[in-house]
Amino acid sequence: MTLLSLSTIGKTFANGTRALDHLDLDIARGEFVSLLGPSGCGKSTALRIIAGLERADQGKFTWGDSKPDIGFVFQDPTLMPWANVFDNVFLPLRLKGVSHAQAQPKIEEALARVGLADFAQHMPRELSGGMKMRASIARALVMQPKLLLMDEPFAALDEITRHRLNRDLLNLQAELGMTVIFVTHSVYESAFLSSRICVFAPRPGRIVETISVAEPAARTEAFRLSAPYLEACAKASRALEAAMEGA
Amino acid sequence: MSFSRLLPLFVFLVLLGGWESLVHLQSIPPYVLPAPSLILTTLREDWTLLSASLWVTLRITALALALATGIGVALAILFAQWTWLERSFFPIAVILQVTPIIAIAPLLLIYLDAETAVLACAFLVAFFPILSNTALGLSSTDHNLRDLFDLYGASGWQQMRLLRLPSALPYFLGGLRIAGGLALIGAIAAEIAAGASGQGAGLAYRIVEAGYRLNIPRMFAALALISVAGIAIWLVLDFVNRALLGKWHDSARQRS
Repeated sequence: MTLLSLSTIGKTFANGTRALDHLDLDIARGEFVSLLGPSGCGKSTALRIIAGLERADQGKFTWGDSKPDIGFVFQDPTLMPWANVFDNVFLPLRLKGVSHAQAQPKIEEALARVGLADFAQHMPRELSGGMKMRASIARALVMQPKLLLMDEPFAALDEITRHRLNRDLLNLQAELGMTVIFVTHSVYESAFLSSRICVFAPRPGRIVETISVAEPAARTEAFRLSAPYLEACAKASRALEAAMEGA
Repeated sequence: MSFSRLLPLFVFLVLLGGWESLVHLQSIPPYVLPAPSLILTTLREDWTLLSASLWVTLRITALALALATGIGVALAILFAQWTWLERSFFPIAVILQVTPIIAIAPLLLIYLDAETAVLACAFLVAFFPILSNTALGLSSTDHNLRDLFDLYGASGWQQMRLLRLPSALPYFLGGLRIAGGLALIGAIAAEIAAGASGQGAGLAYRIVEAGYRLNIPRMFAALALISVAGIAIWLVLDFVNRALLGKWHDSARQRS
């Protein structure tokens, strides 16, 4: 069942940069789709158009039934440094007029899901990079969104933390049944996480290849040594190289 | 207390000791340069007069700072909401800032009574750093956070209250610390102008008055009180800065 559909989307910025050109993308409910490409190829712009933070100046963007609740995770944790973890996660509910008392169980649940139950009263500066990103994910999850948009969320993290958060993210998606659109420039991350990888070519940004990744029921670290994973990596790498050469 | 913390006090005492010795060894008369001990004695003997003047200057400085804070922050918020308003009125604020207060004070003394004129001068010099710093802070909000607020449908007022004002707090407090010192300087400059026309009751007026009478030790005593008042204002505002930012902002954090 289609959640959203982008058809021949184009976007040119005020400085004349053509960010997207004829972008076609359909996302079904429950999918985990990675937008893979080099920096500056329009992946984030596509994500921002879906979030409603940018407007496309060409093409058509439609929701399947109705617009779902959206959670957004940025490349930086984007926490309010003056507020503790609890208040940061409270933010989306507070903006919707939910009282502190009503929000408390939801916030505690979201923090527990990301392993930060004991850090609610900590200030962001007291957290490690990985923990800040977990807090950012908790904030995105507290509204129980049907669609989670993630813009290179783990790019600045070390490899071990990134792997751990990759596994946690897949568990969360399975538990909550969300659709996830994940922007990354890592071939390996996209192959591990996604059911589908859309490879972008730069200048102007467009999808040049779509790679389906074979689905084991649950992906563990062992998946990184499996044939479907290695095959997806090889295909995505080749597509990425071809896209770069053609740019 | 560590040696490094005591060092400024030690240097200050050495300088005072050198000053005292120089006056006594060279037999410099007090109407040319009074010794620190004589200044201290004058401060004690004239305390009733000087403390009343100190109170006048401090009251005007505090009132000017409060007015500058209220009006500066309110205008900065309005400027952040409507850029046409900023474009229209910011140049006027700049003109008031760049015109020397010592040139404005005599004019104000013609139109206003002495105390109101002094208050207006102190307000004018304290107002600009608060306005410009707060306006800068309000326009320097993290763009990703603004996107997040947009995504969750925050109203303009919610953005201002929950995002832009807290983001601007370090900038505002930086401006407030500058404005605290400037309010005192503005009050003193205006009191000197008022003193020249025979009006006023503040510390600078006492300096002018003592100068006319060649009471140099009292001039120094009043000057010492002004310095102490300036240091006290800075310490209070530094405490406020640390209390409000200490938990989260790098500027107020101690490095271990």
